[in-house]
Amino acid sequence: MQPTDTGQPDFFHQVVDCQWACPAHTDVPEYIRLIAQGRFGDAYLVNRESNVFPGILGRVCDRPCEPACRRGRVEEKPVAICRLKRVAADHREDVSDRLPRAPTEGNGRRIACIGAGPASLTVANDLLPLGYAVTVFEQYALTGGLMRTNIPAFRLPAAVLDDEIGAILAMGADLRLGTPVASMRALLEGGEFDAVFVGSGAPKGKELRLPGRADSDRIHIGIDWLHSIAFGHTAKIGERVLIIGVGNTAMDCCRSALRLGARDVKVMARKSRRFFKASEWELEDAEGEGVEIVINHAPKAFVIEDGRLTGMRFDVLEYQVEGERIVGERVTGERLIPCDDVILAIGQENAFPWIERDLGIEFDEWQVPKVDARTFQSTRPGVFFGGDAAFGPKNIIWAVEHGHQAAISIHRHCHGLPVAERPPRGVTLASRKMGLHEWSYKNDYNPAERRLVPHVALAERFKKIRIEVELGFTPEQTALEVQRCLNCDVQTVFQAKLCIECDACIDICPVDCLTITANGSEAELGERLKAPRRNPAAPLYVSAPLPQTARVMVKDEDLCVHCGLCAERCPTAAWDMQKSTVRIPHASDDEAPCQQPSRRKSA
Amino acid sequence: MTSIVKPRIAHPSLPKNELGMTRRQYEGAMSTLCAGCGHDSVTAALVEACWGLSLRPEQLVKLSGIGCSSKTTAYFVGGAHGFNGVHGRMPSVATGANAANRELVYVGVSGDGDSLSIGLGQLAHAIRRNVNMLYIIENNGVYGLTKGQFSASADVGTKSKKGDANTQTPVDPVLLALTLGATFVARSFSGDKRQLVPLIQAGMRHQGFAIIDVLSPCVTFNDHEGSTKSYAFTREHYHPAVEADFVPRAAEIAVDYAEGASTVVDLHDGSRVRLRKLDPDYDPSDRAAAYAYIERRLRDGEYVTGLIHVGDGAASELHAVNQTSTTPLNRLPYEALSPGPEALGRLMARFR
Repeated sequence: MQPTDTGQPDFFHQVVDCQWACPAHTDVPEYIRLIAQGRFGDAYLVNRESNVFPGILGRVCDRPCEPACRRGRVEEKPVAICRLKRVAADHREDVSDRLPRAPTEGNGRRIACIGAGPASLTVANDLLPLGYAVTVFEQYALTGGLMRTNIPAFRLPAAVLDDEIGAILAMGADLRLGTPVASMRALLEGGEFDAVFVGSGAPKGKELRLPGRADSDRIHIGIDWLHSIAFGHTAKIGERVLIIGVGNTAMDCCRSALRLGARDVKVMARKSRRFFKASEWELEDAEGEGVEIVINHAPKAFVIEDGRLTGMRFDVLEYQVEGERIVGERVTGERLIPCDDVILAIGQENAFPWIERDLGIEFDEWQVPKVDARTFQSTRPGVFFGGDAAFGPKNIIWAVEHGHQAAISIHRHCHGLPVAERPPRGVTLASRKMGLHEWSYKNDYNPAERRLVPHVALAERFKKIRIEVELGFTPEQTALEVQRCLNCDVQTVFQAKLCIECDACIDICPVDCLTITANGSEAELGERLKAPRRNPAAPLYVSAPLPQTARVMVKDEDLCVHCGLCAERCPTAAWDMQKSTVRIPHASDDEAPCQQPSRRKSA
Repeated sequence: MTSIVKPRIAHPSLPKNELGMTRRQYEGAMSTLCAGCGHDSVTAALVEACWGLSLRPEQLVKLSGIGCSSKTTAYFVGGAHGFNGVHGRMPSVATGANAANRELVYVGVSGDGDSLSIGLGQLAHAIRRNVNMLYIIENNGVYGLTKGQFSASADVGTKSKKGDANTQTPVDPVLLALTLGATFVARSFSGDKRQLVPLIQAGMRHQGFAIIDVLSPCVTFNDHEGSTKSYAFTREHYHPAVEADFVPRAAEIAVDYAEGASTVVDLHDGSRVRLRKLDPDYDPSDRAAAYAYIERRLRDGEYVTGLIHVGDGAASELHAVNQTSTTPLNRLPYEALSPGPEALGRLMARFR
């Protein structure tokens, strides 16, 4: 193999598994170290730079970082990254004077953001400091979009939403609540805006057309039902409730039902647990509150007696599974389950009845807009989509990243630069060596197990719908959990010309990830590793030929715990521990002229 | 010296031996030797060898004297027996321990100072008595603990770190062992575990005294230009004459060598060593020829490595010669160990 090009930004980036997995590339190890030092405000600002809503995401993020976490490969459980984020947000000191600010003089460009959800707000957050005038149109009387209407307050309190959304709007956005955009044509032809960003979400819940559907008012569309709770229109429900579907919306519905008076809540799943869409922890929380999850039941008909919903009939299914795939199914029986209400939570989609189809904004056969996956521009220059509006339902952290990318595009579009050309990523490396045996990071491997977040007692939490269930980590828990982070961004960096091939690093490595061997193809090197290669997708770090024997140093990045013992035992400092900082460009880092230099570097 | 402790976690797919143990479970305490010391690689080779033999830790006895090398015994197989003796006196302790319990596996780890200067007389007699043990000399040509003076194995002309050349002729442990009649004589290099691990395994299974001279560079005091025991010099002047593969008892010899240059030596417990001669003129079973070959090569400045000589050690082994009890002393009943005044009287009568 050729020597690994570590100057290429992605190489060390993908070693930082959490940051690589995060759509917005949050610098997780950096903020966890700041939390460890009690610098909560700094940790908050590192978060905010990439994910904009640390307090919100610290509660309800889908956490793609956690399944990716390296700790989960050498131990059972990953670092509780999301819960640590909440610690930074909840305990931060006043950082308002360190947040980005809009310049006193604007740049004269006007941007319309449609919807006041996470995607639009991110666009506003990135463009307001550059001098743009941003107008946010919101059809309802409250900001936040699906973050507020679909996520129950017992998971995400309104105060957290108001605080973080307020910080963006305070930069001077023109917020127009209760102002739905009824016609894209009117908006474009009005000529008021230089660019339009559509962040209107995926507000349409999927229907389940079965016999009896139209004959009762006790059959609800999940996201609409959650919405009406959020706005105070719905405050009770029957005793026996069936939830159809087993995604995260279903989890929010079943737990909300318990708080509105339901006693017997069943979540009806068509398949078995391994095929569930809901996150494992949301399933655990729901089951912890006494929700029953019934598997292998396919809905067949609503049962209406005397004009009243009395139950639902299901086919009981059996599946043939090969590996991870279902290859066949068979009905083994039928079951009637009595109930008072049914909530449909089987998915949602974006819908654009207000965008005329002759504006040059093309839609595909499913009425989904054609959006470029890198620039988020539609087929009409100057019109951009992001969040669930772009590619259907994802989650908040994706919406934020869409917003960042769309902001870059809008910035370039407004300055006549090609939107397809993106500002480059970069990486910088800086040694952490302080002395003979001193490193400026804590590299001891702490064998502590993952801490569990304390919850409000079951008896207490159902008293009101707005009681936040999770209490957040205690200081003691935080102090231990931060030590579980392996500092994957403190990289093992190798300089072949210094190596004397003494084998010290190879002998000391606790996870046997180093090998000195004759060079060969990737497959050959994979065969010759000291310990078996578990993940062929994880990169091999291959050195230049070593001075004495022309063999190469090969490192399997997959299981390295970044303990630094290779560098500690290296007599010639051929191995060094260097902190990699991946530069993820945002609109303010672009070449287009800015009104004021960015104020986003925080720690 | 390392301040960070090696984490207990290990690679989840580490192979397990017959006892269900991973290599990590054969480690000992954290080394406090200099970073990059050859001795730490010898430690790693010992760990690998013991793991590969599926040795129960309590079957092993580790013995050492004084010096950097002699710290090694603390760093492998934490659960084994150990004895850290007086400077140069490890062979006596090993002889006594072996006389008392012949069922254990004895590994002595010493250095060029401990074995070739202060302990040379002890080493010579352990070889002569053919104590059933593996004796490893971690040979770096300097006294590391006292800051790098030349040792008895320093070559003529080798330079100290300050630039002085050595003028005294060295004691070569391999030639010494051949002269004294050792039946398992090997030389290896800390930087070549492929060669060293099978040699250690074969040496532990050899019946009789087995000695391995391991060139193990001192990274602090003897790894400079002009040294004949640096990593770079050793690699350049390193001449493997015989390649030895250790074949455990149950395993079949799976690979065939086309040249037919391989010979198999049976060890007493049913395991075998397969030797591949890399130099066609070399015969490891011929002691005199081996001696001549090594000496000639040494004069040319080359370290011949591999299993240099192997013979039958069983007949002249300590216990065989002295016709001792086959049962270890700790398992003999008290009456047998101390047969009482009548038996003593009978014994004394024989001298009257």
